[in-house]
Amino acid sequence: MECVFGLVGNGFALVVADTSAVSSILVHKSNEDKIMILDSHKLMGTSGEHGDRVQFTEYIQKNVALYQFRNGIPLTTAATANFTRNELATALRKNPYSVNVLLAGYDKETGPSLYYIDYIATFHKIEKGAFGYGSYFSLSMMDRLYHSGMSLEEAVDLVDKCILEIRTRLVVAPPNFVIKIVDKDGAREYAWRESIKDAGVSSA
Amino acid sequence: MSIFEYNGSALVAMVGKNCFAIASDRRLGVQLQTIATDFQRISKIHEKLYIGLAGLATDAQTLYQRLVFRHKLYQLREERDMKPETFANLVSAILYEKRFGPYFCQPVIAGLGDNDEPFICTMDSIGAKELAKDFVVGGTASESLYGACESMYKPDMEAEELFETISQALLASVDRDCLSGWGGHVFVVTPTEVIERTLKGRMD
Repeated sequence: MECVFGLVGNGFALVVADTSAVSSILVHKSNEDKIMILDSHKLMGTSGEHGDRVQFTEYIQKNVALYQFRNGIPLTTAATANFTRNELATALRKNPYSVNVLLAGYDKETGPSLYYIDYIATFHKIEKGAFGYGSYFSLSMMDRLYHSGMSLEEAVDLVDKCILEIRTRLVVAPPNFVIKIVDKDGAREYAWRESIKDAGVSSA
Repeated sequence: MSIFEYNGSALVAMVGKNCFAIASDRRLGVQLQTIATDFQRISKIHEKLYIGLAGLATDAQTLYQRLVFRHKLYQLREERDMKPETFANLVSAILYEKRFGPYFCQPVIAGLGDNDEPFICTMDSIGAKELAKDFVVGGTASESLYGACESMYKPDMEAEELFETISQALLASVDRDCLSGWGGHVFVVTPTEVIERTLKGRMD
């Protein structure tokens, strides 16, 4: 089952997502990137229906870019998060997106921030959050071990502990995870945590 | 589970001597899981008018945005703030507009009207107003709140005593409801000042 979680540290925010694309009992691929980089300093980790997820994240990414083209300055993380919520809320009673969003960003004035927006457009600014069955494990680990202003080493260590907990205790635990970070230097991929590498095409 | 019990909430407003108090719990949950313990359920419309929105969080947020919009338009046109009675009628009308596809919210409105006369009211999700002279309640803990308020309330309390009463009523009631709690948020509004306090109760 899809696991997405994130946390805010000292001058940075991390978003972690599993990387399996699954249909019922079949695993299509184990290196599906579910954390979209919206612009230089924003990340959006998503879980939910695959089609909705891709469509919605691309829609948000292009609108964020459009704002920057039109106005010459980038959207703040808070504005992006509110825009995302409003798109989900407007669609909710017409043609709902089944997408849960964890939006992380870094603004020069306000520092790192993380927003929880679930599929019915419930919006909240948080320090740590998670979606999916994995949340039962990662939220508990973070409740115990998280404190505000963690250093990058401490935060990645906590992330690894959460991933270990998910792998140990979730019956259909996803094998691989990707970790992305956003800080003053921008949004980028930080690391992968793979326990199964996709097999190459086997020779006939 | 009912849609009104999806996020969990507790709201209460009480009338005092030339003042009112409005209080809410702080839990934001998704059914059995707690997402945040610092969720704001009570919002300011203007200096002497507050609205608390219980029920589904996404609809509470959408409804709040619509109400702020309508009130700002009113301020521009009338060059004054809305009276609480007028605002209650506005909320009722907006809710009834969606009679056959409602917002799943239960508002609790509290304000100081003409001559700083305290005004409180609540309504159901389709705008049926219920005015009261003493207290109004809303949310998943409403039944417990009715009992606690009925026994603890007395008329013409001053601001400090009103604060004590409403806090005790709130904390006692949310302890009997698993979907609300994690502390409290109380606003006590008099003609001259607004006192905002956070309560620490059983943090579970």
